[in-house]
Amino acid sequence: MQDPALNIVVLVKHVPDAQFDRHLSDDDYTLERDESILSELDEYALEAALQLSEARGGPKAGNVVTALTMGPAAAVNAVKKSLQIGATQGLHVCDDALSGSDAAGTSLALAAAIRTLGNVDLVLTGMASTDGETSLVPAQLAERLGLAQITFASELAVAGNTVTARRESDSHSATLEAPLPALVSVTDQINEPRYPNFKGILAAKKKSITQLSLADLGLDAAEVGAAGAWTSVVEAKPRPARAQGTIITDEGDAGIRLADFLAGQKLL
Amino acid sequence: MTNILVFIDTPDGALHKSHRELLTLARSLGEPVAAVPGPVSDGLVAALGEYGTAAVVHADSADLDDVLAVRKADFLAAAMDRTQPQAVLLPNTFDGKEIAGRLSIKRRSGVVTDAIAVANDFTATKSVLAGAYTVDAQVRTGTPIITFKANSIEAETVPQATSPRTETVPVPAGAPAARITGRSEKASSGRPELSEARVVVAGGRGVNGDFSAVEDLADALGGAVGASRAATDAGWIEHSAQVGQTGQTVSPQLYISAGISGAIQQKAGMQTSKVIVAVNKDPDSPVFEIADFGIVGDLFKVLPQAAAEIRKRKS
Repeated sequence: MQDPALNIVVLVKHVPDAQFDRHLSDDDYTLERDESILSELDEYALEAALQLSEARGGPKAGNVVTALTMGPAAAVNAVKKSLQIGATQGLHVCDDALSGSDAAGTSLALAAAIRTLGNVDLVLTGMASTDGETSLVPAQLAERLGLAQITFASELAVAGNTVTARRESDSHSATLEAPLPALVSVTDQINEPRYPNFKGILAAKKKSITQLSLADLGLDAAEVGAAGAWTSVVEAKPRPARAQGTIITDEGDAGIRLADFLAGQKLL
Repeated sequence: MTNILVFIDTPDGALHKSHRELLTLARSLGEPVAAVPGPVSDGLVAALGEYGTAAVVHADSADLDDVLAVRKADFLAAAMDRTQPQAVLLPNTFDGKEIAGRLSIKRRSGVVTDAIAVANDFTATKSVLAGAYTVDAQVRTGTPIITFKANSIEAETVPQATSPRTETVPVPAGAPAARITGRSEKASSGRPELSEARVVVAGGRGVNGDFSAVEDLADALGGAVGASRAATDAGWIEHSAQVGQTGQTVSPQLYISAGISGAIQQKAGMQTSKVIVAVNKDPDSPVFEIADFGIVGDLFKVLPQAAAEIRKRKS
């Protein structure tokens, strides 16, 4: 007998490409997001969701994989890419009042959006966004939704009402277990994400993306955005470029000269 | 009195370097109160006293060790209610940040992660976007919760150790939690933890599967071994050794990069190191742009020679 279908939400985010220089705006210290891509680390979460869905017969058997994002109009590109890769449907929380939201405001809006999806079994995220890198949103979201949470899973399985995972750290490897519904963040070790193929790109055009405003979510503008943020950046300075140091070419004594340098820096 | 609540999670009962750093920071802001999510030994209380801890609040059973962040956040929320701190400090580890995130929602308080300095008004300084910017951030709602990076402050004992009073805090039954069902310790390398090490020697594509020269230099310097994503993806070394955007962020006193080109993915994890040394065959590697001392050469020649010279000078 096949395992029962799952209702899975994957958090996806459009982020500035980390391969290039990134800038904070001069007036409100928010990140400039002109050239954005689907955060690479989110692709692992999406792949994990698709594998769980496919193992249970996919969308035909009632499995749903929703790609959820929050952000300005361009943020929907992360959802579109997810639909091309294989997500069933998209959800885009979009409202001018959300601009400048911190993790608390973001998790509030995402929690409200997830509640519109009915009984969600699993919320999957990447290990961090490649821009903010605070890793706060998943924990805050789990707390708001009353979900158990497993972080940094490098393996993941669902059986019955239980999700099991493996987590590696410096000193040990642990197996973890949580009751559903749960929130799980996955590392880049968990799978090899697939690329969208031509069929997927065509199929994505027929998939729906629901846009939700604050009013749709029953939230007050004062609770989110820069106005509702629990934290604020009061100053931002570009880091002074690291002065170029001494570069030498090894002529047979570079190891000795390295020891000399370290001794000079009082590092021995 | 200004209470600064410091989360001291120590399943082995010892006061680790990052804990000592947190307590030293707390002393600069007010009176450190340690929150320990389990029973405390006399030895731990004495060690906390050496760092000027005024009081210790702790959970009464050790079973919080088997459950993940949820219950520890429940405990810390109870400890906050008991001690009414002006700020809460946690280590900037994966667990520390997860507990901070949960706690912030429970007590409607803002969190600043990745802090490298905290001023008297609790303005926290952090580096963002892979070290491209330094920002000052403030908590505007609730009690500031700050996760503080290791190696950002020199830990110091107090001249006259305190005798902290201890008190248990009951942990309320909480939300559903994930549990640890099995645990296998990895063979200990005898090296310091990557995230806490004062010296990190890291290898990349250029080591071509052989980390022995990197490990040997790390041992000569008493440091930890790190790796680039290329090296961990190739399976040459465990994933937990990865430094960079998809691994750990480190800020040691000394970072030696060997055979790593220094793409932004890697820079993100090490750019805030105090001193950076790079060894690479390719003179055009981006890593040389941020190196204080760069050597264009063969790491298999340079590293062993350096390790031998360092051992000679230390003996």
